[in-house]
Amino acid sequence: MKRKWNWPLWVGFVVAVGGLFSYEFFAQFPLTRDFPWANLSLFGIGATLLIFGLFRALGRPQLYRGKVFGTIFIVIAVALFALFSYEILYVLKQVPLSAQAPRVGEKAPSFSLPDQNGKEVALADLLSPNGAVLIFYRGHW
Amino acid sequence: MRSFQSRLSDFTSRGVHVAAISVDSKEINRLHSQKWGFTFPLLSDADAEVIRRYDVLHRGAGPKGTDIARPAEFYVDLAGTVQWVNLTENIAVRARPEQALGAIDAAPPIQ
Repeated sequence: MKRKWNWPLWVGFVVAVGGLFSYEFFAQFPLTRDFPWANLSLFGIGATLLIFGLFRALGRPQLYRGKVFGTIFIVIAVALFALFSYEILYVLKQVPLSAQAPRVGEKAPSFSLPDQNGKEVALADLLSPNGAVLIFYRGHW
Repeated sequence: MRSFQSRLSDFTSRGVHVAAISVDSKEINRLHSQKWGFTFPLLSDADAEVIRRYDVLHRGAGPKGTDIARPAEFYVDLAGTVQWVNLTENIAVRARPEQALGAIDAAPPIQ
Protein backbone atom coordinates (compact mmCIF):
# COMPACT_ATOMS: atom_id res chain seq x y z
CA MET A 1 0.00 0.00 0.00
CA LYS A 2 1.21 3.42 -0.88
CA ARG A 3 1.76 5.54 2.21
CA LYS A 4 0.20 8.96 2.50
CA TRP A 5 2.01 12.25 2.06
CA ASN A 6 2.70 13.61 5.54
CA TRP A 7 1.99 17.25 4.78
CA PRO A 8 2.46 18.71 8.31
CA LEU A 9 6.15 17.79 8.13
CA TRP A 10 6.67 19.70 4.89
CA VAL A 11 4.53 22.68 5.76
CA GLY A 12 5.98 22.83 9.27
CA PHE A 13 9.51 22.77 7.91
CA VAL A 14 8.83 25.53 5.37
CA VAL A 15 7.16 27.68 8.04
CA ALA A 16 10.06 27.17 10.48
CA VAL A 17 12.63 28.08 7.81
CA GLY A 18 10.47 31.10 7.01
CA GLY A 19 10.65 32.06 10.69
CA LEU A 20 14.39 32.62 10.30
CA PHE A 21 14.55 34.10 6.83
CA SER A 22 11.66 36.51 7.28
CA TYR A 23 13.67 38.38 9.93
CA GLU A 24 14.81 41.07 7.49
CA PHE A 25 11.24 41.57 6.35
CA PHE A 26 9.70 41.94 9.80
CA ALA A 27 12.63 44.11 10.96
CA GLN A 28 11.23 46.85 8.73
CA PHE A 29 8.36 47.46 11.13
CA PRO A 30 9.05 48.77 14.65
CA LEU A 31 6.32 46.57 16.13
CA THR A 32 7.86 43.32 14.90
CA ARG A 33 11.46 44.56 15.20
CA ASP A 34 11.53 45.63 18.86
CA PHE A 35 10.57 42.08 19.74
CA PRO A 36 10.38 39.43 16.98
CA TRP A 37 6.81 38.28 17.64
CA ALA A 38 6.17 37.40 14.03
CA ASN A 39 9.27 35.24 13.69
CA LEU A 40 8.67 33.45 16.99
CA SER A 41 5.06 32.77 15.95
CA LEU A 42 6.28 31.21 12.70
CA PHE A 43 8.74 29.03 14.63
CA GLY A 44 5.93 28.02 16.98
CA ILE A 45 3.55 27.08 14.17
CA GLY A 46 6.33 25.23 12.35
CA ALA A 47 7.31 23.29 15.46
CA THR A 48 3.70 22.29 16.17
CA LEU A 49 3.23 20.97 12.64
CA LEU A 50 6.58 19.18 12.64
CA ILE A 51 5.88 17.46 15.94
CA PHE A 52 2.39 16.50 14.82
CA GLY A 53 3.77 15.14 11.55
CA LEU A 54 6.55 13.20 13.23
CA PHE A 55 4.14 11.63 15.72
CA ARG A 56 2.01 10.47 12.80
CA ALA A 57 5.03 9.06 11.01
CA LEU A 58 6.35 7.27 14.07
CA GLY A 59 2.96 6.13 15.36
CA ARG A 60 1.53 4.81 12.10
CA PRO A 61 4.53 4.28 9.82
CA GLN A 62 2.50 1.95 7.59
CA LEU A 63 0.15 4.85 6.82
CA TYR A 64 2.33 7.98 6.85
CA ARG A 65 5.70 8.77 5.39
CA GLY A 66 8.37 10.80 7.11
CA LYS A 67 10.05 8.78 9.87
CA VAL A 68 13.50 9.60 8.50
CA PHE A 69 13.11 12.93 6.75
CA GLY A 70 10.73 14.15 9.46
CA THR A 71 13.48 13.60 12.00
CA ILE A 72 15.97 15.38 9.75
CA PHE A 73 13.54 18.29 9.32
CA ILE A 74 13.14 18.63 13.06
CA VAL A 75 16.89 18.59 13.66
CA ILE A 76 17.39 21.33 11.03
CA ALA A 77 14.50 23.37 12.43
CA VAL A 78 15.93 23.14 15.96
CA ALA A 79 19.33 24.27 14.65
CA LEU A 80 17.75 27.25 12.86
CA PHE A 81 15.83 28.18 15.99
CA ALA A 82 19.04 27.98 18.04
CA LEU A 83 20.78 30.28 15.55
CA PHE A 84 17.84 32.70 15.68
CA SER A 85 17.80 32.71 19.48
CA TYR A 86 21.54 33.33 19.58
CA GLU A 87 21.12 36.34 17.27
CA ILE A 88 18.15 37.75 19.18
CA LEU A 89 19.29 37.09 22.73
CA TYR A 90 23.01 37.67 22.31
CA VAL A 91 24.23 39.31 19.10
CA LEU A 92 21.63 42.11 19.03
CA LYS A 93 22.51 43.01 22.62
CA GLN A 94 26.23 43.43 21.97
CA VAL A 95 26.03 47.21 22.04
CA PRO A 96 28.97 49.28 23.34
CA LEU A 97 28.40 51.09 26.63
CA SER A 98 29.06 54.59 25.22
CA ALA A 99 29.95 55.78 28.72
CA GLN A 100 31.51 58.97 27.35
CA ALA A 101 28.55 59.91 25.16
CA PRO A 102 27.32 63.44 25.88
CA ARG A 103 24.76 63.44 28.67
CA VAL A 104 21.77 65.63 29.39
CA GLY A 105 23.02 69.08 30.34
CA GLU A 106 26.33 68.72 28.49
CA LYS A 107 27.27 70.51 25.29
CA ALA A 108 26.87 68.44 22.14
CA PRO A 109 30.23 68.18 20.29
CA SER A 110 30.19 70.33 17.18
CA PHE A 111 30.67 68.84 13.72
CA SER A 112 30.42 69.56 10.02
CA LEU A 113 29.63 66.71 7.63
CA PRO A 114 28.45 66.39 4.02
CA ASP A 115 24.82 65.45 3.42
CA GLN A 116 23.41 63.27 0.62
CA ASN A 117 23.67 66.20 -1.82
CA GLY A 118 27.29 66.92 -0.95
CA LYS A 119 26.40 70.03 1.03
CA GLU A 120 28.32 70.58 4.28
CA VAL A 121 25.99 70.68 7.27
CA ALA A 122 27.27 71.86 10.64
CA LEU A 123 25.58 71.20 13.97
CA ALA A 124 25.31 74.99 14.37
CA ASP A 125 23.25 75.15 11.15
CA LEU A 126 20.74 72.70 12.59
CA LEU A 127 20.14 74.27 16.00
CA SER A 128 18.02 77.25 15.01
CA PRO A 129 15.22 77.87 15.87
CA ASN A 130 14.57 75.10 18.39
CA GLY A 131 17.36 72.55 18.29
CA ALA A 132 17.94 69.29 16.46
CA VAL A 133 17.38 65.58 16.83
CA LEU A 134 20.52 63.64 15.89
CA ILE A 135 20.02 60.02 14.90
CA PHE A 136 23.17 57.90 14.80
CA TYR A 137 22.51 54.72 12.83
CA ARG A 138 24.47 51.68 11.73
CA GLY A 139 24.17 52.43 8.05
CA HIS A 140 23.61 50.38 4.92
CA TRP A 141 27.20 50.28 3.62
CA MET B 1 14.34 56.51 10.29
CA ARG B 2 11.34 56.01 8.06
CA SER B 3 9.15 56.60 11.11
CA PHE B 4 10.97 59.90 11.71
CA GLN B 5 10.43 60.85 8.07
CA SER B 6 6.70 60.15 8.34
CA ARG B 7 6.48 62.32 11.48
CA LEU B 8 8.87 65.00 10.16
CA SER B 9 6.18 67.70 10.08
CA ASP B 10 5.75 67.26 13.85
CA PHE B 11 9.43 68.14 14.24
CA THR B 12 9.45 71.05 11.81
CA SER B 13 6.30 72.49 13.41
CA ARG B 14 8.29 72.56 16.67
CA GLY B 15 11.20 74.27 14.91
CA VAL B 16 13.38 71.18 15.34
CA HIS B 17 15.67 69.82 12.63
CA VAL B 18 16.25 66.11 12.18
CA ALA B 19 19.60 64.78 10.94
CA ALA B 20 20.93 61.25 10.70
CA ILE B 21 24.61 60.31 10.91
CA SER B 22 26.38 57.12 9.83
CA VAL B 23 29.58 55.95 8.15
CA ASP B 24 27.73 55.55 4.84
CA SER B 25 29.17 57.45 1.88
CA LYS B 26 27.44 60.44 0.29
CA GLU B 27 26.54 58.21 -2.67
CA ILE B 28 24.86 55.55 -0.52
CA ASN B 29 23.06 58.28 1.40
CA ARG B 30 21.83 59.81 -1.83
CA LEU B 31 20.53 56.44 -3.03
CA HIS B 32 18.79 55.77 0.27
CA SER B 33 17.23 59.18 0.53
CA GLN B 34 15.88 58.70 -2.99
CA LYS B 35 14.68 55.19 -2.26
CA TRP B 36 12.93 56.00 1.01
CA GLY B 37 12.12 59.65 0.39
CA PHE B 38 14.24 61.06 3.22
CA THR B 39 14.07 64.84 3.10
CA PHE B 40 16.20 65.46 6.19
CA PRO B 41 20.01 65.37 5.89
CA LEU B 42 21.78 62.02 5.99
CA LEU B 43 25.27 63.01 7.04
CA SER B 44 28.26 61.00 5.92
CA ASP B 45 30.86 60.44 8.65
CA ALA B 46 32.95 58.05 6.57
CA ASP B 47 35.93 57.88 8.94
CA ALA B 48 33.62 57.83 12.01
CA GLU B 49 35.32 60.89 13.45
CA VAL B 50 32.11 62.52 14.73
CA ILE B 51 30.75 59.13 15.77
CA ARG B 52 33.89 58.71 17.91
CA ARG B 53 33.50 62.23 19.32
CA TYR B 54 30.02 61.27 20.53
CA ASP B 55 31.34 57.93 21.84
CA VAL B 56 28.77 56.00 19.84
CA LEU B 57 31.32 53.91 17.93
CA HIS B 58 30.66 50.20 17.53
CA ARG B 59 34.09 48.76 16.89
CA GLY B 60 34.31 46.07 14.23
CA ALA B 61 30.54 45.76 13.81
CA GLY B 62 30.52 46.85 10.16
CA PRO B 63 31.36 44.99 6.98
CA LYS B 64 34.73 43.23 7.16
CA GLY B 65 35.19 44.32 10.74
CA THR B 66 35.06 48.05 10.09
CA ASP B 67 33.89 50.51 12.73
CA ILE B 68 30.33 51.86 12.48
CA ALA B 69 27.93 53.80 14.67
CA ARG B 70 25.76 52.08 17.23
CA PRO B 71 22.14 53.25 17.25
CA ALA B 72 21.81 56.38 19.42
CA GLU B 73 19.55 59.43 19.43
CA PHE B 74 20.06 62.89 20.91
CA TYR B 75 17.97 66.02 21.20
CA VAL B 76 20.19 69.11 21.27
CA ASP B 77 18.54 72.44 22.08
CA LEU B 78 19.15 75.84 20.50
CA ALA B 79 22.01 76.52 22.91
CA GLY B 80 23.76 73.29 21.83
CA THR B 81 22.98 71.56 25.12
CA VAL B 82 21.92 67.92 25.10
CA GLN B 83 18.37 67.62 26.45
CA TRP B 84 17.68 63.96 25.71
CA VAL B 85 19.81 60.90 25.06
CA ASN B 86 18.60 57.48 24.00
CA LEU B 87 21.24 54.73 24.10
CA THR B 88 19.56 51.45 23.27
CA GLU B 89 20.75 48.16 24.75
CA ASN B 90 19.47 46.25 21.73
CA ILE B 91 20.49 47.04 18.17
CA ALA B 92 17.00 46.20 16.92
CA VAL B 93 15.24 48.56 19.32
CA ARG B 94 15.57 52.21 18.32
CA ALA B 95 13.91 55.40 19.45
CA ARG B 96 10.47 56.12 18.06
CA PRO B 97 9.66 59.65 16.91
CA GLU B 98 7.10 59.91 19.73
CA GLN B 99 9.90 59.55 22.30
CA ALA B 100 11.91 62.35 20.70
CA LEU B 101 8.83 64.58 20.41
CA GLY B 102 8.06 63.95 24.07
CA ALA B 103 11.63 64.92 24.98
CA ILE B 104 11.38 68.11 22.90
CA ASP B 105 8.13 69.09 24.60
CA ALA B 106 9.61 68.35 28.03
CA ALA B 107 12.84 70.30 27.46
CA PRO B 108 13.20 73.54 29.44
CA PRO B 109 12.76 76.70 27.36
CA ILE B 110 15.95 78.56 26.40
CA GLN B 111 16.25 81.94 28.08
